[in-house]
Amino acid sequence: MTRPDAHRAVHAVFRIEAPRLIAGLARMVRDVGLAEELAQDALVAALERWPESGVPENPGAWLMATAKRRAVDELRRKRMVERKHEALGPDPEALGPTAPPAPDAAVDEPVRDDLLRLVFIACHPVLSREARTALTLRLLGGLTTEEIARAFLLPEPTVAQRIVRAKRTLAEARVPFEVPGGADLQARLGSVLEVVYLVFNEGYTATAGDDWMRPALCEDALRLGRMLQALVPDAPEVHGLAALMELQASRAAARTGPSGEPVLLLEQDRSRWDALLIQRGLAALERAERLGGALGPYALQAAIAACHARARAAAATDWPRIAALYDALAELTPSPVVELNRAVAVAMAFGPAAGLELVDAIADEPSLRRYHLLPSVRGELLSRLGRHEEARAELERAAGMTRNARERDLLLARAATCARGSGGGGSGP
Amino acid sequence: MRFMMIVKASPESEAGAPPSRELIQAMTRYNEELVNAGVLLAGDGLLPSSKGARVKFSKGKVEVVDGPFAETKELVAGFWMIQVKSKEEAIAWARRCPNPMGEGAEGVLELRQVAEAADFPPEVFTPEDAAKETEIFERAKRNAANP
Repeated sequence: MTRPDAHRAVHAVFRIEAPRLIAGLARMVRDVGLAEELAQDALVAALERWPESGVPENPGAWLMATAKRRAVDELRRKRMVERKHEALGPDPEALGPTAPPAPDAAVDEPVRDDLLRLVFIACHPVLSREARTALTLRLLGGLTTEEIARAFLLPEPTVAQRIVRAKRTLAEARVPFEVPGGADLQARLGSVLEVVYLVFNEGYTATAGDDWMRPALCEDALRLGRMLQALVPDAPEVHGLAALMELQASRAAARTGPSGEPVLLLEQDRSRWDALLIQRGLAALERAERLGGALGPYALQAAIAACHARARAAAATDWPRIAALYDALAELTPSPVVELNRAVAVAMAFGPAAGLELVDAIADEPSLRRYHLLPSVRGELLSRLGRHEEARAELERAAGMTRNARERDLLLARAATCARGSGGGGSGP
Repeated sequence: MRFMMIVKASPESEAGAPPSRELIQAMTRYNEELVNAGVLLAGDGLLPSSKGARVKFSKGKVEVVDGPFAETKELVAGFWMIQVKSKEEAIAWARRCPNPMGEGAEGVLELRQVAEAADFPPEVFTPEDAAKETEIFERAKRNAANP
């Protein structure tokens, strides 16, 4: 093995071990920042040793033992400093014997709790959304600062700064390393799911020319989502989010055409949808549903995605069910954008007039003033109702609002068809 | 990227010898570990090749040969499908696997990267081909659901 190869192998092992390592250390030293530094020290030691000695039989235990030795040194040093103030730090012996985790320990209870605490602290509400995202990818996703920077199109020092500041904020706020209990748990879990979905969407919106690290964020988010499924198996929304991401990811290959142009859902070549991910998405949705209770926003969106996934052809889509799911979603998380999607589903299920009625109800919504999809959908529905002149005006208005050149061309072409007095082959919503 | 982690057969697995209790427990722990880390997509064990068959294509003729097959070490006894960031990570996961043939026996895991549609030039793998392929998988899935 050449040196760079050996280093890559060490990093790969570290990526697998990092979350459990940091979580375990954080419980001992009660400081996530310090825990992460200790883990990094252990990585450096591994990079020095393993290329010569080979990867140890139980790399997790090796890394933990190494990090613990540093932790003890660190605490001793601190005690020397603090002795004058008589503020004794925790006794190094309190760290306990350096008992390594069992060779192939699954997430047994203590490890599970450590990981959960780490998830909740990385997504703590005292942190900004950006900080939560960076910290989560760093601590739980095992990504390096450089990888995060490349994925988010940011300079590396910016991300490094963000992480340093986040750790400082957590320390200053004396955020306890614990799993929130009771009513707090739901709210805090919401913050975790938000971060994971944010990572997913960041990857999903990546375009052809982007660094491959960007689309890879989808896989990172999927992995985090699946991890959460194992950690919090009784929370329906955790499975809902996993289902939503698996189902959306299943369409990744079909979302763009040969020259990188976006392909709308109903026009996608469904044979390019990933059957394995669909299967996993449907299974996760089933788990969410089996847990009972009304579906939450993620599970509802997953259920909508599932309707598309189950339809072998666009024409076979169960639009009445999608419309009903959007009704539920609009009730739970009312927003003009959800309302517009509901209008499209209603139009597909019950005809353009019914859809237009809903669109007109939100036509004056201030937050949609610059949203080109509003006139675009409205124009499409008007065209289907044979109101070609009005349709043309709406589509042209939409064309003037979009910043995407290809989309603008499409809209103008549709407007031109309307001007000639025919609905043309409407491309659907 | 996805890797298929293939368990190569052994004389014992081909003889249909059931795995030991210890091996089953170790494998369960390993599978849990894969699930908990969010990397496991799918996986299954296979029965001995005596329960299988081969369909050979040659010079326009099709011939069916029932198992078992002789070249034990080339046979497949099971597989996992994992999603990882690199080949190195796939190797790291494979190294953590308990010896699939049991302690002391000779076991082999083979790692193969799964091809994605993007790995084929479009003139070789057309959308029509993909459609047919999906249909086959769909059918297989239905059959699996209603055996």
